[in-house]
Amino acid sequence: MHYNTGYHREAVPLVRRFVEMFRDAEAVCVPSASCVAMMREHYEMMAEADGDLKFIAEVKSLLPRVFEFSELLVNCLGVEDVGAAFAHSVTYHPSCHSLRMLHVGDAPVKLLRSVRDLTLFELPQKEQCCGFGGTFAVKNPDVSLAMLTEKDACVVQTGAEVVTALDNSCLMQIYGGLHRSGSQVRTMHLAEILAETGGAA
Amino acid sequence: MSIVVGKTSKAPDFPVAAKAALKNDQLRRNVHHATNVIRNKRALRVEEMPDWEQLRSAGSEIKAHTLAHLDHYLIEFERNCELAGGKVHWARDADEANKIAIELIRHYGGDGPGVEVIKVKTMTSDEVQMNHALEAAGIKPIETDLADMIVQLGNDEPSHIVVPALHKNRFEIRDIFRDKMEKPELTEQPEDLTAAARGYLRERFLRTKIGISGANFAIADTGSVCVVESEGNGRMCVTLPDVLITLVGIEKVIPSFADLEIFLQTLPRSATGERMNPYNSLWTGVTPGDGPQAFHVILLDNGRTKLLQDEIERETLQCIRCGACLNACPVYRETGGHAYGSIYSGPIGAILSPQLQSLEHSRSLPYASTLCGACYEVCPVKINIPEVLIHLRGEVVREDQKTLSGKLSAENIAMQAAANIFLSHRRYEAAQRMARIGQTIFKRDGQLTNLPGMAGAWTRSRDLRPIPKQSFRDWWKSREKKDGANA
Ligand code: SF4
Repeated sequence: MHYNTGYHREAVPLVRRFVEMFRDAEAVCVPSASCVAMMREHYEMMAEADGDLKFIAEVKSLLPRVFEFSELLVNCLGVEDVGAAFAHSVTYHPSCHSLRMLHVGDAPVKLLRSVRDLTLFELPQKEQCCGFGGTFAVKNPDVSLAMLTEKDACVVQTGAEVVTALDNSCLMQIYGGLHRSGSQVRTMHLAEILAETGGAA
Repeated sequence: MSIVVGKTSKAPDFPVAAKAALKNDQLRRNVHHATNVIRNKRALRVEEMPDWEQLRSAGSEIKAHTLAHLDHYLIEFERNCELAGGKVHWARDADEANKIAIELIRHYGGDGPGVEVIKVKTMTSDEVQMNHALEAAGIKPIETDLADMIVQLGNDEPSHIVVPALHKNRFEIRDIFRDKMEKPELTEQPEDLTAAARGYLRERFLRTKIGISGANFAIADTGSVCVVESEGNGRMCVTLPDVLITLVGIEKVIPSFADLEIFLQTLPRSATGERMNPYNSLWTGVTPGDGPQAFHVILLDNGRTKLLQDEIERETLQCIRCGACLNACPVYRETGGHAYGSIYSGPIGAILSPQLQSLEHSRSLPYASTLCGACYEVCPVKINIPEVLIHLRGEVVREDQKTLSGKLSAENIAMQAAANIFLSHRRYEAAQRMARIGQTIFKRDGQLTNLPGMAGAWTRSRDLRPIPKQSFRDWWKSREKKDGANA
């Protein structure tokens, strides 16, 4: 949020904090594609701008161990079926950063296809941004809302009961519009669906 | 030096202009329809190219190389253009470019009133507001590119860098023609509109002695200039007059004729979804007895050399003005081009206009993006627009923080506070607890619907789910405790 909004200096201590917390981890699983994209695209640059050699080295050593949630499951661990069951219809919104920066491809769809009793509906114009964009949503609330309105109309058009994504930020935006308009469609992070075992959701 | 980029100095901030644009349903329908059509055509023409990614990389590398040695290639272009009989002029800013153009027109066309010039394919002349300068000097500019002509006749502003009248549908164009061409019977059928435009333009092509054009490429090793287009009006404009003046931004130079091989593949496919442009005009100096007998090139800086100094900013100058990033941009598609307050709209406008003017104007533009990356994905010269946007946001913030009002702005205070909270898990958890308590007064039916301050922009039109009673950390801790008890 800080770096993307232009608060570059303020973001560096946050990177340091992240490195301190996770430097010893074997793998860091992040349930947000945009966070992983931020790390991969900018952490090294930020560390380099800071100039501390030890810090740069630590960032470089940690980054290859950071994974987005679906990436970790499908691409690293080779798991597609986690044994989940979810008797609902679902549509998947491929968030911009998962699609165009992390290139997670069909990893999330593979996971969803393996969930028992789940019906997957294709989202029309799925690659279109939901209009969240971090501080964009408050700096440009009207444009953000116009984009959201289009996205939510596509979600509703699928007839799915649930819309899912790899980013809670997009889901917060999508939920905000759906709920305000009185729609019954629910938002769930992919991880929440994979945690379902078939009881009442 | 006065860096002018269209009318940006008088334009309202993007969120304000966008709000007005969003209320214009007709405009939004037109923009949606047109961008959808071009976008789909482009996708088709790109998919059929097995080497598209290599072409993008090659284009990007040629441009990056040229910009790194721009002085060398500009001088080479000047030498070769003049060897072939052209004359090159250097303009530091908008005023100089306009002054040179007016002097040339006076020289060849006399200082009597009512001197006419025909113009084609020169967005750069809009950048320097040349039409205003010419009119003020008593010279009458006539736009001959169909879309530019529609914009000029309608007293309008261009809204797209390739399709300037994209915001108008054919009914609106019919009305403009009926009014300005005095053809009250004209229908909105495309054939009728084209015939009316042709009749109107032919007459002017044949009687006007001086032409002004832009250029897609200036080629250093031959001194040639290249314009690509769909209509043939450009061809008329650069061949029929006795005198041709071409205005070129210095970033348009490419090293060699052979480099066109790349750009003549990527530009038409990206711009209009055509495999090749119907008209590709290339001219080199002056040929006795054929075409214009006097040829002048004005090389324009207008803020560009400053961008060369920074590696990230420099990327902006790679642009070949294909417009693909506009058609792909979800923000542009909602607002159209006028909201950007500049002739350069969409993602490229959001990075180009503020930089040319050293962030004196258009400071809200770097924020007119969700950083979704659709622009970068389609750019035929691989400009990482999101990266440049973030870089510019950094400059805006750093400049703002220099002033007291910037330091005390709600945003700056919130950002500093948030950074502090994220730095300590104790503070983070405390903040979460506070928010959980604080939010109760804003809850309605279990939702946050009316938050104060900056968050109010959010809840004005969206709901927010309250913070859950138990955080992931708390859940994890309680789970560990349970596991511990079970073990
Ligand atoms: S930035 Fe890239 S996509 Fe946009 S107009 Fe320029 S060349 Fe085309």
